[in-house]
Amino acid sequence: MKAFKTFTGIVAPLDRSNIDTDSIIPKEYLKSIKRSGFGPNLFDSWRYLDKSDSKNQNTKRQLNPDFVLNKPPYDKAEILLSRENFGCGSSREHAVWALSDFGFKAVLAPSFGDIFYSNSFKNGFLSIRLENRDIDMLFDASRSSPGFKVIVNLEKQFVQIHDNEKFEFNIDDSLKNHLLKGLDDITLTLEYTEKIRIYEKNRSKITPWLFREI
Amino acid sequence: MKTLYDKLWDDHVVHNFDDGTSLIYIDRHLIHEVTSAQAFEGLKLANRKPWRLNTNLAVPDHNVPTKNREVIDDPVSKIQLETLDKNCKETGITKFDIFDQRQGIVHVIGPEQGASLPGMTIVCGDSHTSTNGALGALAFGIGTSDVEHVLATQCLVLKKDKNMLININGEMGDGISAKDVVLNIIGKIGTAGATGYAIEFSGNVIRSLSMESRMTICNMSIEAGSRVGLIAVDETTLDYAKGRPYTPRNNEWDHAVGLWRELKSDNGVNFDKVIEVDAKLIEPQVTWGTSPEMVISVNERIPDPTEIDDAIKREGFVNALNYMNLKPGMRFDEIKIDKVFIGSCTNSRIEDLRIAAQTIQGRNVSKNIKLAMVVPGSGLVKKQAEKEGLDKIFIDSGFEWRDPGCSMCLGMNPDQLQSGERCASTSNRNFEGRQGPGGRTHLASPSMTAAAAIAGHFVDIREFK
Repeated sequence: MKAFKTFTGIVAPLDRSNIDTDSIIPKEYLKSIKRSGFGPNLFDSWRYLDKSDSKNQNTKRQLNPDFVLNKPPYDKAEILLSRENFGCGSSREHAVWALSDFGFKAVLAPSFGDIFYSNSFKNGFLSIRLENRDIDMLFDASRSSPGFKVIVNLEKQFVQIHDNEKFEFNIDDSLKNHLLKGLDDITLTLEYTEKIRIYEKNRSKITPWLFREI
Repeated sequence: MKTLYDKLWDDHVVHNFDDGTSLIYIDRHLIHEVTSAQAFEGLKLANRKPWRLNTNLAVPDHNVPTKNREVIDDPVSKIQLETLDKNCKETGITKFDIFDQRQGIVHVIGPEQGASLPGMTIVCGDSHTSTNGALGALAFGIGTSDVEHVLATQCLVLKKDKNMLININGEMGDGISAKDVVLNIIGKIGTAGATGYAIEFSGNVIRSLSMESRMTICNMSIEAGSRVGLIAVDETTLDYAKGRPYTPRNNEWDHAVGLWRELKSDNGVNFDKVIEVDAKLIEPQVTWGTSPEMVISVNERIPDPTEIDDAIKREGFVNALNYMNLKPGMRFDEIKIDKVFIGSCTNSRIEDLRIAAQTIQGRNVSKNIKLAMVVPGSGLVKKQAEKEGLDKIFIDSGFEWRDPGCSMCLGMNPDQLQSGERCASTSNRNFEGRQGPGGRTHLASPSMTAAAAIAGHFVDIREFK
């Protein structure tokens, strides 16, 4: 996993609450067995006016001119601004892959679906919880100065509009460190191989049926 | 003193890290075709092998056709199913294939086979894994990176959730089911109401419910924001678990029962949040919008956004009404249904099919219904239903009787809504496009959904004679 670095990016406002992972990447596009290539179908049903079929490529589809990500400069946005409970619903990690593949590096919202939140960090993607009033201010900024940029600084835990307002956020130390160092979770866990083996040995005595052939 | 969640957690801690997370051991890993391919690929690229084979059980469910499954027309679905086959063969993981009678929806077959048992940690790359928590197991959905992590290490690095108790007491009215109870709770606390909490459902209503009804309730925990839904072990749990293919036998069974009886919260233990629900106030529930929290009783009118104070919520209501093509003040008997779906990991077990069949017996599906289908949760559920003659009741009424799978709950297979079609569904999510792009979903209980097929619109099941 790539280490997460401080960056400055365009903020795309998507003013809806409870955006579910079905909306982020509809099930028609979950069939790839790869982690890449989901970006063109991010928010598919809001982004396009026509349906896709196996023949028409996404580039030939009719874009919905009213959808934020179809309006420059938001087609180059790297930060998504949204409302409560972003990423609720299905556990599909494809939602994070689609956001990343589009070019997003972070989502700012007051709250997130638990599984989406956890999935995002496994992919070097930052889900930032901000206070409701901060989110309101950012939406105000998106109306008064469309296409504005913010600085996302994970190390110091803030989001900042140029040299103006600074919004601090909380994040678990473990998630922060993994992202900053780009650590591979599996490699880290395998350092505990011996402890896992001991646990298994003890547990197989207490609950042997958990270790039978299936 | 400990809650049930505390006990299950503590039993599975391999290591506590300094940063507040823990390495948690996973006893059972259920696998399906949609969220596993990239995990197997990652494992292979890193030159790793599964940590333990006999913890994994795989089954195809999301993409499988529910009729003529010999031929899979969609080439992409086919690749996904073949990839699961290939991955299981290469690694040696046990898989029920699509012609195996034990095949079915992953959350139906886990408990059915005794592959999900009390006291276990159970994960699957699917948010409805919480279904298995009805057995007194710590069961939750994970993303694909975590699927790979479990395959590689048999563990997950997790931060413990807070404890929430939802107490459901009082007497449920006639015609009220577990589905109405859980929809009512989601309506009350909202789809983020339990985010960050593990929910334990308790109270005399839960104690009186069958295992299958308890699974319906735990299944929809995620629709209230919680990854985990739990119910304490009691005689109902033990009766259900006994004698299943992977359940311990003889002396081991007695030993297991001794341990499992402890799987309940200690008397007087403190929960971070407690919610009391009075069952006698619960009426038959139907969702009207595009989030499971947009739910009302069947006799209420479609809500008016202008009466909502909160601007964001108001706009959500307006969007939902537009998408659903509904107007404030409408009654459910004015809203014509196009398709009916009885199935999904929420409501496709034998009891669900029995009550649906009982509701429609001797009547015909309404002329305005283009398709009414029943999709049993597993091959064994289907077999049992056929033994009881339920298939004939459905077919005689005008329902299609299909083969098991996730089907129109999410329409990854050919069973989908066309744009603009309205569906009465026993499934769990009414999100935009969930059952097909542009499709409109109303969630309800099996009896309410079955009655809607006959009437052509939702009716109060208590007055459906």
